[in-house]
Amino acid sequence: MSTPALFFDGVSKSFNSGKTSVTALDGVTISALPGKVTGLIGPDGAGKTTLMRLAVGLLLPDNGNIQALGIDVLEAPLQVQSSVGYMPQRFGLYEDLSVQENLDLYADLQGVGHEQRQARYEELLQMTALGPFTDRLAGRLSGGMKQKLGLACTLIKIPRLLLLDEPTVGVDPISRRELWAIIDRLVKQEQLSVLVSTAYLNEAERCDEVVLLNEGRRLGQGSPKSYSEPMRGRTFHLSSTRLDKRRLQTQLSAIPGIIDAVIDGEKVRVVTRKAQLPDISDLVADGDTAINGPSKLDDLQIEPVEPSFEDAFIATLKVDTPSVADWFAPRDGAALEAGPIIEVVNAQRRFGDFYAVRDISFKVKQGEIFGLLGANGAGKSTMFRMLCGLLPASAGQLTVAGHDLRRAAADARSRLGYMAQRFSLYVDLSVAQNLNFFASAYGLGRKQRKQRIEWAMAAFELTAYAATNSGDLPLGYKQRLAMAAALLHEPDILFLDEPTSGVDPLARREFWQRINGLAASGVTILVTTHFMDEANYCDRLVIMAEGEVLAEGTPTQMKAGFRSAALPSPTMEDAFIGLIENRQKNKPGVAA
Amino acid sequence: MKAALTPRLNASLRRIVALAIKELLAILKDRKSRIVLIGPPLLQLIIFGYAATFDLNDIPVAVYNEDPSAASRELVARVSGSPHFHLQANIEHDAQIAPLIDNKKALMVLHLGPNFSADLAHGGSSKAQVIIDGRNSNTALLVLGYLRNIITDYNIDWAQRHGRAKPLATLQVRPWFNSNLVSRWFVVPGIIGLLTLVITTIVTALSVAREREAGTFDQLLVTPMRPFEILIGKAFPGILIGILEGSFILLMAVYWFEVPLRGSLGALYVGMFLFVMAAVGIGLMISSLAVTQQQGMLGAFLFIVPAVILSGFATPISNMPEVIQYLTYIDPLRYFLVIIRGVFLEGDSYAILLNYYWPMALIALVTLAMAGWLFRRRMN
Repeated sequence: MSTPALFFDGVSKSFNSGKTSVTALDGVTISALPGKVTGLIGPDGAGKTTLMRLAVGLLLPDNGNIQALGIDVLEAPLQVQSSVGYMPQRFGLYEDLSVQENLDLYADLQGVGHEQRQARYEELLQMTALGPFTDRLAGRLSGGMKQKLGLACTLIKIPRLLLLDEPTVGVDPISRRELWAIIDRLVKQEQLSVLVSTAYLNEAERCDEVVLLNEGRRLGQGSPKSYSEPMRGRTFHLSSTRLDKRRLQTQLSAIPGIIDAVIDGEKVRVVTRKAQLPDISDLVADGDTAINGPSKLDDLQIEPVEPSFEDAFIATLKVDTPSVADWFAPRDGAALEAGPIIEVVNAQRRFGDFYAVRDISFKVKQGEIFGLLGANGAGKSTMFRMLCGLLPASAGQLTVAGHDLRRAAADARSRLGYMAQRFSLYVDLSVAQNLNFFASAYGLGRKQRKQRIEWAMAAFELTAYAATNSGDLPLGYKQRLAMAAALLHEPDILFLDEPTSGVDPLARREFWQRINGLAASGVTILVTTHFMDEANYCDRLVIMAEGEVLAEGTPTQMKAGFRSAALPSPTMEDAFIGLIENRQKNKPGVAA
Repeated sequence: MKAALTPRLNASLRRIVALAIKELLAILKDRKSRIVLIGPPLLQLIIFGYAATFDLNDIPVAVYNEDPSAASRELVARVSGSPHFHLQANIEHDAQIAPLIDNKKALMVLHLGPNFSADLAHGGSSKAQVIIDGRNSNTALLVLGYLRNIITDYNIDWAQRHGRAKPLATLQVRPWFNSNLVSRWFVVPGIIGLLTLVITTIVTALSVAREREAGTFDQLLVTPMRPFEILIGKAFPGILIGILEGSFILLMAVYWFEVPLRGSLGALYVGMFLFVMAAVGIGLMISSLAVTQQQGMLGAFLFIVPAVILSGFATPISNMPEVIQYLTYIDPLRYFLVIIRGVFLEGDSYAILLNYYWPMALIALVTLAMAGWLFRRRMN
């Protein structure tokens, strides 16, 4: 057996922050095979970045040995650094330099001679498709292009081992697919060894080997199949015509023996603890239970499905299902209104000569989960900000909860809740102070305020943290607090702007469970997301590109258009990429 | 009408109060901003209180006395005995003068020629030569002033003792308000205005930028809060902190530096309130333009530095070129300094200060309105 490209032997590392000591890695032993892609997967705070930094000698371990390419990192860090390429999460691109200038700079830094440069540049620019943009400032590239440029800069001097720290975070699906294609090519053509960390579980299946990391410990290492195979027979699709998918999901989550139940298109995907479906005969159908009493669900369709890496991940890490079933009771008088609660008619937004949004129309019904998807720069953030009243439309009609945004923005705002990507909380204020402020900002009276804050503390299990500054909360709790703050005034509509960005899969599940509960109680949800599997949770969605609506419909409808012999069950990501590619093909007069 | 208005007003008030409390908490709970509020003002108070003085004491002087007589020795004794002067060296020939002045060993050399006492005794007048380091013109003039006083006293005493005719006209000096001409009495009250301005402007200039950086500003904008409610809520902590800071320095001035407070405290506080309002208005204007805290800080200093120079804090406004003097009219610190110094030293009250109140009120009104307008424009 050849020597591993990277070898960690019983490595521990802890950090001191103030009085507390945090163990980032705890006796980790892993190896990355030469000429292969090794994935490093784990929730936030698992120690992925620490591991990468240790591997290139940027940090020193407390215990253990690290060898990269057969060289001891502790003894010869410089030698390691000269033959290892490392791309940190935020690669140090100089935003005020052009693409070419960035490449030149990194070529100089890595000591690549002028003779070899030109050929290498051509190769890299072709591989990253950045050739036409060499004169553009790096700061003006899209997120995906920046990552590709970062990768190109790392690769100028051909490394033998490439370390990539979450290269696909915050990058749209198309750029993500392109990045993976580049990595695959590197491994094949240049026999590179790659260690890549990611938060997208579906990317694990693109790796040859996967290391699963949690709270500084290694939970396993093996091929993606070695994780998913033991799950065979434990994954099912369930559906019923007599029960709404969300209620079905809620009921299923409560059944012991079911680890995970998520909405997948029109069905519910279930992961069980044992290799058979537990007793689900108690499921109750929707409808007039008051008159007929609860009626048994008799038309349940059950079909086994292929297990995935994600199932294994969830089964390994999920401890218990938080019971959030009844956390949001249906509201009084929340009778479904007939008309749309959000109505956009020919909305436009201009920035100078540039149309960020041109001529968009759509309607959202009450109680719907409505998704707004698009690649970076497609105009979805602009559309979103217009709907929240943060940005006035240049033209068109926007009606939210019966209020014209142009005339009664403040009235409309009092009926909507808003949760941003970065959980906009006041970090120096405690949980209780944050809640108090937002309750008052929404004009709740003293009595109502007290009642709603009590509700939030209980429903989001925040009581233990009431006096903690929100900046010191664990990420998952920050998200809970942000959501609680957005719901204090019982809004009719909840706006979510990439609410799960950077949150690990477990917290994302819990979050969506709450969102489902909300939607079931009649709250309308409008969400933007980068996670294509989350698009499955939406009732309906629009996919935007270059400021226009590319497609509108249910996830199932969108996926159906891309079903083929080669792709019998297309994912939402396939559909998304297919739609964008079709558009590019059909666009007249644009050279590829 | 009233029934319809009151609940809206109540809700509006509640939102403003909530924002003001949140702002105060955010400032006071953050260790860094707490230090900014307490550290620099205290440091500046000590630096300005002790170091910034126009008085010169213990000026190093050298004496070149070529006339060993009682008359010359008396004059030398008067110089070296003065608290302003300190006798650094007695020198014996011309060549020693230049090195002393060049190396700043002495600021002044007093030269009495060999005929000094003889000339005096013969009833004529005699000459004393002074060589002064003129590199700092201001200091040189002060030194000369002190020496002139000593010589004048010496002349009068000599004339009296020797039965000579007294000088025809002598000056009887009676400084009003500050009878001992202690410059600290002039400087320390000014610090109240200076530090209140610095703290208030910075606190408000950073308030919106801090939220923009943290991403909470969008969150604030999607609440039913209207722009003017946000503006008032953000202005309140600035006003409160500015007045508390001003009051603290006021106490220090009276009890620590023992500057007499002769006028009406109420008159001073009316001025302070209007002044703080104007500073808050300017701070909020900066705030509504700044995207990052760094820009806010830079903006605050771009305003504070000229505002202090143009205010007459250190140099009299009447000495400035005429065009610049017009510019001082839009500087709120200019008016507040007159008010503080007036109340402290002159014992002024409301009526006298009226002409200094209304320009500050006007500045506050204009800047707050501008801030509101910029705010709304930035939002759209």
